[in-house]
Amino acid sequence: MPNSDLDDRQIRDFRMLAGMIIPASEAYGVPGADDEKIFADILRSLERDHDAVRRALAHLATLSGGSFAELEPARRMEVAAVFREAGGPPLTALVRVVLLCYYRDDRVMRSLGQEPRPPFPRGHVVEQGDWSLLDPVRKRSRMYRTVD
Amino acid sequence: MLDKVDVLVIGSGASGAAVAWSLADTRMRILCLEQGDWVKPTDYPSNGRDWEARLFSDFAVNPNRRARPTDYPINDANSPIKVVNFNGVGGSTIMYTAHFPRLHPSDFKVRTLDGVADDWPIDYATLEPYFAENDRMMGVSGLAGDPSYPPKQPPMPPLPLGKSGARLGNAMNQLGWHWWPSDSTIATTDYEGRGRCINLGHCTPGCAQGAKASTDITYWPLAIRAGVELRTMCRVREVTVDEQGMASGAIYYDAEGKEQFQPAEVVILACNGVGTPRLMLNSVSGKFPNGIANSSGLVGKNLMFHPYALNYGYVDEPLDGNHGPPLCLWSKEFYETDPSRDFVRGYTFQFGRGVGSIIEAIVSSAAGRLPWGEEHHSTYRKLVNRRIGLSAICEDLPEEHNRVTLDPVLKDSSGIPAPKIDYTIGDNSHRMMQHGIARARQVLEAAGASNICVESPILNGGWHLLGTARMGTDPERSVVNEWGRCHDVKNMFIVDGSIWVTSGGVNPTSTIQALALYIADSIKQRLANLFD
Repeated sequence: MPNSDLDDRQIRDFRMLAGMIIPASEAYGVPGADDEKIFADILRSLERDHDAVRRALAHLATLSGGSFAELEPARRMEVAAVFREAGGPPLTALVRVVLLCYYRDDRVMRSLGQEPRPPFPRGHVVEQGDWSLLDPVRKRSRMYRTVD
Repeated sequence: MLDKVDVLVIGSGASGAAVAWSLADTRMRILCLEQGDWVKPTDYPSNGRDWEARLFSDFAVNPNRRARPTDYPINDANSPIKVVNFNGVGGSTIMYTAHFPRLHPSDFKVRTLDGVADDWPIDYATLEPYFAENDRMMGVSGLAGDPSYPPKQPPMPPLPLGKSGARLGNAMNQLGWHWWPSDSTIATTDYEGRGRCINLGHCTPGCAQGAKASTDITYWPLAIRAGVELRTMCRVREVTVDEQGMASGAIYYDAEGKEQFQPAEVVILACNGVGTPRLMLNSVSGKFPNGIANSSGLVGKNLMFHPYALNYGYVDEPLDGNHGPPLCLWSKEFYETDPSRDFVRGYTFQFGRGVGSIIEAIVSSAAGRLPWGEEHHSTYRKLVNRRIGLSAICEDLPEEHNRVTLDPVLKDSSGIPAPKIDYTIGDNSHRMMQHGIARARQVLEAAGASNICVESPILNGGWHLLGTARMGTDPERSVVNEWGRCHDVKNMFIVDGSIWVTSGGVNPTSTIQALALYIADSIKQRLANLFD
């Protein structure tokens, strides 16, 4: 895992939480956010959210009375539910980083029918559309007010 | 001390570029100081796989989040709308959606027509030739014949409707309401060396294709070729005055952080509606203890943003998402005052094509629509690329308590006091926003959307920074005269959105630039007696 300045327990908690936010799905053929490659991307991408993520994980540890990852599954679900309600802006930042990295993973993008590439240089095709739709508007009289 | 220049322009964005280019044909020595740097097209987010992520880092719209070394912090805690901007060559034209409506004729006469605020000392007809010139310089795509405007002829055809636009157009036709392809500064044909739009879709944080007009690729190459000097990474601290109270130049910090004094015969401020009052309030002297050219006390006051009421919903088929310029249509159905409504003035609807897949996930997660756990995947697939939306861009009336001042504590990296924003949304604007929300719901329902959501005001929606050094003929009620010259300092001009008297209900860049060209022409016509 990349060096994110988080300690081992925080990393384990974070990874467990990421997998609970977005678990792997056989139905859609996608990994979870706790997938090794995706989670490594998450840890590499904290940058401006680093402090907020640390605060969120500290809050999670408090709610857990220690390690979130080591809780019994049922208790972990309870704590996660409380955390989702009480996490505030730090949790919002943490979830944002998870989503930013999850939805740029090649496997996830392909499962959504998206090409795993940047927009430039190939761009996209947008249909021109039927401009006769404007005909009723063309028939309208002047709408703007004149000023003498 | 550096060599004296004839004209010192501070700020290289929409208005600074236009005024510098226009004045270049005088053959005066013109220098522009820009606190940011050039942005290379290869640096734009759409070049990389992290293109959406960079909206939250080095291309965040909010300067407090972006926090590049070239940015300055803004204390916006006392405002429900946060200032967004970009600092670099091209200014906020680097970071805009390229939606390019003009003000309407009625916008210049709101006191006469509607009994509110003040009339402008100029009118639409005065600006019309400058609108046209600016359309040509920036390269505007659009469609002639819009009944909501006096005749105009965009030089390029409009952006494509796409699936989203067709659905919204049909909805507007069902309701019998006006809609029209937007004027946009996104090139739909190859234009003056710019490649045509290839639908990168990620237009706001810079266009890697160069199809979107930003002044670093429109005005500046021509201005530089004509002899204008553009000096980057130069952050101006204050405008100085001489013993007669005339502007004598500016003190700035250069790229190495070294303090410099740049003398000038004429100073032109083009730092936007927050940056300009900040600079003026920081320019304190014995002659101007409350900030330069501030005998009226109005510098920084009457800040107008345009509160945005965003409405969106989801349809049952994939649309365009963000595979194309995000804004391609507008409606002026509710733009002009209607006495039957409970507010005066009005708003533009701008229609949104869709958003990127990551933005959809983030916004939906924050709004509680996107669950954690197994259901995350199925829910997300009902949202992604199925969003359509529209925003009411509401006219903000000038109110003196909405203002830019200097923060007593916060400073930028050069130690210059930062701006502080105090702003509340007025009652008239609130009623207008509610009207827009209700009408937008009708549009979305007619378009077959459900799960309709509202964000009003858009938090990071302070794109349009207007009114903080207003134009007028009365020196006690305005900061600059009818051609942009400061009443108090006859060799200092302001050309950015600060000088707006009222805000209209449109994206302002087109009118800001037309005003800058008009002021440049006014200067050129008066060169022999400019300071009388």
